[in-house]
Amino acid sequence: MIIDLHGFGPALIAGTVMTVKLALCALLLGLALGLLGALAKTSQVKPLQWLGGTYSTLVRGVPELLWVLLIYLGTVTMMNRIGDALGIPGLELSAFAAGVIALGLCFGAYATEVFRGAILAIPKGHREAGIALGLSKGRILSRIILPQMWRIALPGLGNLFMILMKDTALVSVIGLEEIMRHAQIGVNATNKAFTFYSVAACIYLGLTVIAMTGMHFLEKRAARGFMRAE
Amino acid sequence: MNWEVIIKWLPRLAQGATLTLELVAIAVIAGLILAIPLGVARSSRHWYVRALPYGYIFFFRGTPLLVQLFLVYYGLAQFDAVRNSSLWPYLRDPFWCTVLTMTLHTAAYIAEILRGALQAIPKGEIEAARALGMSRGKTLFYIMLPRATRIGLPAYSNEVILMLKASALASTVTLLELTGMARTIIARTYLPVEIFFAAGVFYLVISFVLVQGFKVLERWLRVDACQGR
Repeated sequence: MIIDLHGFGPALIAGTVMTVKLALCALLLGLALGLLGALAKTSQVKPLQWLGGTYSTLVRGVPELLWVLLIYLGTVTMMNRIGDALGIPGLELSAFAAGVIALGLCFGAYATEVFRGAILAIPKGHREAGIALGLSKGRILSRIILPQMWRIALPGLGNLFMILMKDTALVSVIGLEEIMRHAQIGVNATNKAFTFYSVAACIYLGLTVIAMTGMHFLEKRAARGFMRAE
Repeated sequence: MNWEVIIKWLPRLAQGATLTLELVAIAVIAGLILAIPLGVARSSRHWYVRALPYGYIFFFRGTPLLVQLFLVYYGLAQFDAVRNSSLWPYLRDPFWCTVLTMTLHTAAYIAEILRGALQAIPKGEIEAARALGMSRGKTLFYIMLPRATRIGLPAYSNEVILMLKASALASTVTLLELTGMARTIIARTYLPVEIFFAAGVFYLVISFVLVQGFKVLERWLRVDACQGR
C-alpha cells in the first residue's frame, strides 16, 4: 500500500532528522544535568543535597509542556536584556535551543534519580578500596564509581530516552519544524489529518524500535565481564 | 515578579485546575477498568491471546500522546463514516476526544504495570489456591488480582502523576485546563513568567496531594505488610 503524502514526504524526513537532532542534544544536556544532580544529591554537603533535591522535585512536578512554553516565552524579556547589554539587539532563544533546554532539564531531573540509585547501588567497599589505595576523589569518581554506575543506570536511562524521544513532539507547539510540525503543515495543506498523523505515529514507532535495539547493544556492551548470579 | 497579577488571575487558574483534575480522574479510572482485561490477556500463556494486547501496548507506548490526541481529534474527521455516525457529537468535542485518548493511552501503561504485578505474585500462592480447589477464574479474582493490586499500586500512583502532567497536552486541542488557561491569560497579560509560575505551583500542589493520598491508600491496603519479605 502506498500512502499518498501529496509531496510532503521529504518534509517529513527533514522533520525526522530534526527530531533526532533535538533528542540527542537534549540527551547530552540531560545526562550532564542528571550526573551533576546525582552527585549533588549524594554528596556530604547539605546545601548541595538540598539543591539537587529541589531541582529533581520541582522539575518532575511540573508538566514538560509547561517547561517548553515557559522557557520559550518566559525568556524573551531576559534574553532581550542580555542582548542589549552585549550590544546585540533582538537576541532571542530559538525554538530549537528552548526545546533542548526544556527537554534536557526534564530528562536531567529524572536522570538524577536514576544516577543516584546507581551510585547508591555500588558497594561501599569499592570506594573505600580506592581511598586505601591513595586515589584522589576525582580519580575514585572517574575510575571506580562512574564505570560501574554506567552499567546499573543504563536500563533506566534507556527508558528515559524513549520518553524523551516522544516528548520531542511537544516542541512542535513552539513552532520547531520537527515531525509533528511538518505533519501539521501537511494537514493544513491537504486536510488529510488521519493520513499524516498516522505516518507521524509510524515514524515515532520506528524511532522507538531503533532506540530499543541500540539500547540492547549498549546494555550488552556494558555488561561485558559481568555475570549475573544465578 | 508581579504578585498582583497572579492573585488577580488565581480564580481562573483554579477553574482550569478543576478541568485538569476532571480529565485526569476520568482517564485514570476508566483506564484502570480497561487495563484489567488487557493486562490479564497480556500475561496469558497463549501467544494468540497475548498478541492483541501486545500490539495495543506497543502502539500506545511507542508514540507520543500528542500524536494520538491529534489522530483522534483532527484525524477521525477525515472519514465520512465517523462524521455521519451517532458518536460524532462526542468525537468533535475536544473534552471527549481528550478523555478518550488519555484513557486509551494510560490503559496501555497500566496494563503493563498489571502484567508486571501479576508475574510478581509468588508461584506458591497461586498453586495454593489451585490446590484448595479454586477454579482458574476464582483464583484470578480472589487471589491474583487483589495481590496484584498491592504489588502494582506504587507504580499506579506514578502513572497517575504522569497523567496529571500529560493532561497539559489538552491545551493543544483548545481545551482550557490549567495549561490552556495559563496560555489564554498570557495572551491577554503578556506576563508568561508570572502566570506559568502560578500554574506550575498548581501542578506541584496537586501532585503533592495525590502522592499523600496514595500514601494513605497504601497504608490502608497494607501494601508493605504484603510484600512477603
